[in-house]
Amino acid sequence: MFYREAGDFSTTYRDDSQTFPIRFDRYRYYAVLAVAFGVIPFIINDYWASAVLVPFLIYAIAAIGLNILVGYCGQVSLGTGGFMAVGAYACYKLMTAFPDVSILIHVLLAGGITAAVGVLFGLPSLRIKGFYLAVATLAAQFFLVWLFNKVPWFYNYSASGQISAPERTVLGYAVTGANASASVKYLVCLIFCFALAWLARNLTRGAAGRKWMAIRDMDIAAEIIGVNPLRAKLSAFAVSSFFVGVAGALFFSVYLGAAEVGESFGIDKSFLVLFMIIIGGLGSIFGSFAGAAFLVLLPVLLKNVLVGQFGWPTDLAAHLQLMIVGALIIVFLIAEPHGLAQLWRVAKEKLRLWPFPH
Amino acid sequence: MPDWVLYATEVTMNGLMAGVMYALVALGFVLIFKASGIFNYAQGVMALFAALTLVGFQDGQVPFAHLINVIFGTDVHHFGWTMPSIVAIGLTAVVMVAMAILIERLVLKHLVNQEPIILFMATIGLAYFLEGLGDVMWGADIKKLDVGLPQGISDTIDGFTYDAFGYGFFIDRLDIVATVVAAALVLALMAFSQYTKYGRALRAVADDHQAALSVGISLRFVWVLVWSIAGFVALVAGIMWGSKSGVQFSLSLIALKALPVLMLGGFTSIPGAIVGGLIIGMGEKLFEFFIGSMVGGATENWFAYVLALIFLVFRPQGLFGERIIERV
Amino acid sequence: MTLRLAAAMVAALAVGAPAMAQDLHFPSLSYRTGPFGASGTPFADGYQDYLTLLNERDGGIGGVKIRQTECETAYNTEKGVECYESIKGDNPLILQPLSTGITYQLIPKVTADGIPLHTMGYGRTSGKDGTVFANVFNYPANYWDGASIAIKYILSENGDNIEGKKISLVYHNSAYGKEPIRTLEELAKQHKFELILLPVDSPGQEQKSQWLQIRRDKPDYVLMWGWGVMNATAIQEAANIRYPMDHFIGIWWSGSENDVLPVGDGANGYKSLAMHGTGMEYPVYADLKKYVTDAGKAAGAGDQVGSVLYSRGMYAAMLAAEAAKKAQELAGTANITPAQMRDGMEALEITEEIMAANGLPNFGHPFKVTCQNHGGEGYGLVQQWDATAKKWSLITDWIQSDQALIDRLVAEDSAAFAAENNIAKRCN
Repeated sequence: MFYREAGDFSTTYRDDSQTFPIRFDRYRYYAVLAVAFGVIPFIINDYWASAVLVPFLIYAIAAIGLNILVGYCGQVSLGTGGFMAVGAYACYKLMTAFPDVSILIHVLLAGGITAAVGVLFGLPSLRIKGFYLAVATLAAQFFLVWLFNKVPWFYNYSASGQISAPERTVLGYAVTGANASASVKYLVCLIFCFALAWLARNLTRGAAGRKWMAIRDMDIAAEIIGVNPLRAKLSAFAVSSFFVGVAGALFFSVYLGAAEVGESFGIDKSFLVLFMIIIGGLGSIFGSFAGAAFLVLLPVLLKNVLVGQFGWPTDLAAHLQLMIVGALIIVFLIAEPHGLAQLWRVAKEKLRLWPFPH
Repeated sequence: MPDWVLYATEVTMNGLMAGVMYALVALGFVLIFKASGIFNYAQGVMALFAALTLVGFQDGQVPFAHLINVIFGTDVHHFGWTMPSIVAIGLTAVVMVAMAILIERLVLKHLVNQEPIILFMATIGLAYFLEGLGDVMWGADIKKLDVGLPQGISDTIDGFTYDAFGYGFFIDRLDIVATVVAAALVLALMAFSQYTKYGRALRAVADDHQAALSVGISLRFVWVLVWSIAGFVALVAGIMWGSKSGVQFSLSLIALKALPVLMLGGFTSIPGAIVGGLIIGMGEKLFEFFIGSMVGGATENWFAYVLALIFLVFRPQGLFGERIIERV
Repeated sequence: MTLRLAAAMVAALAVGAPAMAQDLHFPSLSYRTGPFGASGTPFADGYQDYLTLLNERDGGIGGVKIRQTECETAYNTEKGVECYESIKGDNPLILQPLSTGITYQLIPKVTADGIPLHTMGYGRTSGKDGTVFANVFNYPANYWDGASIAIKYILSENGDNIEGKKISLVYHNSAYGKEPIRTLEELAKQHKFELILLPVDSPGQEQKSQWLQIRRDKPDYVLMWGWGVMNATAIQEAANIRYPMDHFIGIWWSGSENDVLPVGDGANGYKSLAMHGTGMEYPVYADLKKYVTDAGKAAGAGDQVGSVLYSRGMYAAMLAAEAAKKAQELAGTANITPAQMRDGMEALEITEEIMAANGLPNFGHPFKVTCQNHGGEGYGLVQQWDATAKKWSLITDWIQSDQALIDRLVAEDSAAFAAENNIAKRCN
């Protein structure tokens, strides 16, 4: 009823090209932001923060990053886990080497370092394409994990190679370490997630994003119309790795607090984030959020329903949970092959015509 | 001969045979990719599922025992019989065919003509589902798989090389069996696709779906066929790897070992999978043996990919892949 | 519709919310799925069956019923965090994650929340130092004890002289596998043997190059720090190259039935360390059969009874129950809190009489926990696999680790942790 353009007149180009052209959508967006920033921090508890929202936000950042590379620029990457590890270890080294500098700056710097590493491993993309490119990023994945496992300098020579985040504060509130409160952890992740999602949205609809999409759709044609494939591909690798690096830094310092490279940043992490963007929808910021929500929230939800409500044995519940997640992926796919984001778009189209679809 | 040459020879031979084991897993990927353009993420889980089913049949386990016991409060575990290996293998092959039919009916039929990435995603869902199903059906405990394959050092080779060089080479008998099986499998597959009617249909579909459809080849039948064959290859890989280290969840992770092989050999070439496997197996073992131990070891995982990467920089379509022709 | 769905989701997710009750909450952070599920299941079964036995036979501990909850971690740190957060408000008396990775994660958290963490023979070894790690306990023995016990055993087999011998360590390339390296390096200096390190990447199904290196180097002994499928594969490869099995010694996590049964006869003679007895000869099994198994209250499939890891789970539960008794005694109330449980663990003393009273005579070595020492005195055994009888048998008496060396290394590592995290020393 309310969800339509009618009566919403754009008088400037700015208005016309805004992200949410429909007024209802815009207000809904503001309402979501208001709840996320103004309500949730006051009611959140440790369980919701550590088990649900913080991992969701961090995975969303990583998924947006990977979506820039895979969904917008068309370069398949299976190195996400390795790049997250770069972010985490960079953050750890910075935190322990410069304890007086704010953790927020360290997280951003860790993202920057990851971007540099990402560009390095993105170089083969100039020659290798499609599924074959995955081999280059897999080489990055396994090599980086091996490196952080083998060189003691990265983990400050601790006996077992585990890194632990010491306590760091922002404005007097603990952000990392065990004393950080749920709302502070949530807010820090939310701010990063919001700022990066905003950045990603604006990058992808600007000149940079158009270049990436031209490369994705057909790189030879893009080259002919004047897109420099070297710069476009490497910039996508850089931006994507920056996002993933920030996600890795937050993952280690705020969420887990202690990490071990092979366990926390292994190949399954790369696959998990890739699954998120495919299930959510390639080339869609909303899809990154939807995919992260699907793969972070659904298992927790199923676990609580099966074990908590029905009282099933945990192992059976865990196996059934796998089956249900797998079946749901297939069902969604048959219903809508282009991911949750497309499902959302279709729903919005229907809504615009509702209640008189003809 | 100096010692290091002997060691190098021994490592090379073992590496080649390890490569054959990788290639066995890679073959399943290639078959499905070639016929339908699907990168089947579930191949590793299929190997696990096949091995679990095989052991379950052999030991007479009751499928879904745990689930039944929880729901009905019963206490059933075993039928109380054991089955000869050959019967169990046959039955498992039947199960894999049934699975291929189900996959085609329930999943692939609905996704004809979709982009490769979407079909890839369907196999992700399939992998999750099968992983859960295998555990619910047969339980997650570690199982011993014994179909009577020989295992351990081959005395013949040990003795022969000792007489010849003064140093007995170590060759695992299981690896020799795997090599023979892989060779037979590849020859059979190549003969099948070259000389039989269905093989030609398979190749036609691989070339062009729509053209194949228009000359009357049933796409659905070919898909069932190719998934059945891939299921059978998964069974063979499951038997080999399961004999080596028991049947349990980790068996599904052997797919990771097959990835560099695939990339190196090309996604569409059966001989490519074998040659790729040989190169990767030999390369990673030699590197780990001579250089890896100097830099702290455990280099095999990344070295396999770096090796594949070096090859790909020179041949972006893989060693045996079809040449990539780009048009604007 | 969306709203209703959201409400349903909120309700479902909020199941993790605390519920106060008059009982003793013993959560089990188990893993019955994933790559290490086969090893996690028997431990969880043993742990839960023993606690069920206490409930059925004795009516709980000190007259208060035990409430057990189980949370599946799949050996995954993120799921471990989720589990921890879901139970931490529910007065969990003791946490035993059976994973070194999750342990590292939980150490700062349990310290902040005042919940005791018991990592029996795994986890962060320097957790032994009670002056720095107030809430972490790793009695009766830890990895570094294990390394030292293994070397002592080798010394005893070689007339106390292993100068110039070669010893290889085949280890899981993770925090867990790397733990003993520093101790072994120190011991190598002390006893002048040569240490060769051979890492194996998880999960470890392909170890050909490691074992070819062993074939080339011909080490006198091979030690192993493995877990999951890596153990069985390593034993299989050792059998393949005909490495003398009685010179191949695994840590206690590489010495269960799961590791040797898949190898068959080739595993005969393989040795591993142990920190407790194993087998069905203990009187406790009669009670377990009567009150738990036959009553249909066994955890899991009930097929793991008597195995090594089952015994270890049972041992862990017995130690936890004893600590709870101690805590009840100290606090003067039967309804103890996690903080009181911690005090009970710190005052725990396990004697032969206590173990015998629990139906487990001579099961473990007696030990005493103090404020400074949270790790016991480091006693262990060596057991050997008999492939024909399909049975582990103990072949040595108790061996004590080199306490002076272990204490020095523990002090170094915990001092570094204290400095990094600004922890003031306790127990003065």
